[in-house]
Amino acid sequence: MKTKASDAKKAYRIQQWIAGIVLTLGGLLVAIPFIWMILSAFKPESEVLQLTPTLWPETFTMDNFIYLFENMNFAVYLRNTIIIVLCSFVGLFFNAMAGYAFAKYKFKGREKLFYLVLATMMIPGQVTMIPVYLILNQMGLTNTMAGIVLPGLVGAFSIFLFRQFMSTIPDELLEAARLDGASEFRVFMQLVLPISKPIMAVQGILTFIAGWNSFLWPLIIANDESLYTLSVGLSLLKGQYGGNFALQMAGSTFMVVPIVIIFIIFQKHIIEGYTISGMK
Amino acid sequence: MKSYSKTTPYLFIGPALALLALFSLFPIVLALVISFTDIDLAGLADYSNISFIGIENYINIFQDPIFLKSIGNTIFYVVFGVPLVIACSLGIALLINFGTARIFKAFRLVFYMPSITNVVAVAVVWTYLYNPQFGLFNYLLGLVGIPAIPWLQDPTIAKGSLIALAVWRAIGVNMIIFLAALQGIPKTYYEAAQLDGANNWKQLTKITIPLLRYAIFFVSITTMIGWVQFFEEPFVMTNGGPLDSTTSVALFIYRNGFQLSNFGYAAAGSFVLFVTIIIITMIQFRLQKKDTDI
Repeated sequence: MKTKASDAKKAYRIQQWIAGIVLTLGGLLVAIPFIWMILSAFKPESEVLQLTPTLWPETFTMDNFIYLFENMNFAVYLRNTIIIVLCSFVGLFFNAMAGYAFAKYKFKGREKLFYLVLATMMIPGQVTMIPVYLILNQMGLTNTMAGIVLPGLVGAFSIFLFRQFMSTIPDELLEAARLDGASEFRVFMQLVLPISKPIMAVQGILTFIAGWNSFLWPLIIANDESLYTLSVGLSLLKGQYGGNFALQMAGSTFMVVPIVIIFIIFQKHIIEGYTISGMK
Repeated sequence: MKSYSKTTPYLFIGPALALLALFSLFPIVLALVISFTDIDLAGLADYSNISFIGIENYINIFQDPIFLKSIGNTIFYVVFGVPLVIACSLGIALLINFGTARIFKAFRLVFYMPSITNVVAVAVVWTYLYNPQFGLFNYLLGLVGIPAIPWLQDPTIAKGSLIALAVWRAIGVNMIIFLAALQGIPKTYYEAAQLDGANNWKQLTKITIPLLRYAIFFVSITTMIGWVQFFEEPFVMTNGGPLDSTTSVALFIYRNGFQLSNFGYAAAGSFVLFVTIIIITMIQFRLQKKDTDI
């Protein structure tokens, strides 16, 4: 009996090791593109084009990054990307406001309007792409920053998540603040938003990532290079410098590494965010 | 009790709803309308150049060899992509959930990482990895004596190469969804099964998989919709080539709309896509319902 128990324990330990090894190999496979990208970004072009590639850069160089900023307009792309990120936080605020109203106010048409919001989640981007372009064209917003930012400013899923979270705030708390004479907007700003910190953190990070990565609308709306984002600039770089891999890897590294760093800092919030949203 | 004015709620939902109405709901109506017209650049400049042509766009599009090819490619992506994404993300989630050591938490990060990175950047990186001469993949294959593979040059292999990249990106989010579902399964089920002498495989197939049914259903719907809208990877990596063998329906719409300026024609294509997505979702809900009835 005793040997059977220790046998089972031993088998369990071996299974744990096997799971660990399989995951390590898989993880390595998943990480290869990142590792290769970062290492290649610091190699001179001649080294990248060697027929036997080197893993670690033989000659370590920053030239590729300098070239991006001096000969390509990466500084402009970076500025535009940051503007888009900042604007998308305004959108996040609108989402929070709408989520709060759907969670805590009773008004005519609440259910119907909320279902309408949810219905927009089903609409694929490719269907709205062309009509939205025509609408923006009619408004004279093509080739402007406003035209790039507006279509993606608010999102149904974000409103939904805010509503889910904010409906857990006790009504008595809001009533107490109102009795103290606070205006509705002040209740929202000084009471509701601070309570909603956990969901704000998740949404804030996701908004940042989405803004940083935005590609399709800048691509469609921007004709001038002065409005390009990093993603659009990078796809332009790939077209213009097709054979210049070290430069391309430097551009990609510049886009990917900030996001990875932010992700590692805030990963707990992001991964737990899925539990907050009740996806079970 | 009710101390706020009647207009307050509407002020709160106003900005978000106005934007959603203008950029999500109204465009659907507009897309349907313009799909029955011949609007192009001339029509955009002067609306008097636009004329209603009935269902001509829809008739033409189903005779367009490139559109038919893009439908075929998209079906290929769905048929191979969806099972691959589910198998990989579920497999990894099961292994991570099985592990007790601390290191297993770190694996969550590693596998989640690709899904947050910029799709253009990773497409650029993968194009380099796939490069027939200087790419890492062919070099590694060469080390073990396998001849070079034309990753993006052969029509069929190119589709597979794009799928590999998209699966790599899709694992993260779906793995997290499966992990959350796995943690919701009560431990007592497994304890009871172990007392009855059920081995690991039995526990997996008789307890875990059946209880993950909803998560698998959710992931398969969202993944399938994602594949139907597959766009950035073929756009950046192959631009639909070679010989349109990687052109997806979404890329076809983009090209007709914004490169050829056939807005009406592209809108017709996008409506075909929209209806397809609705039908897929409805069929899956039906199947799911039947499943739970039993």
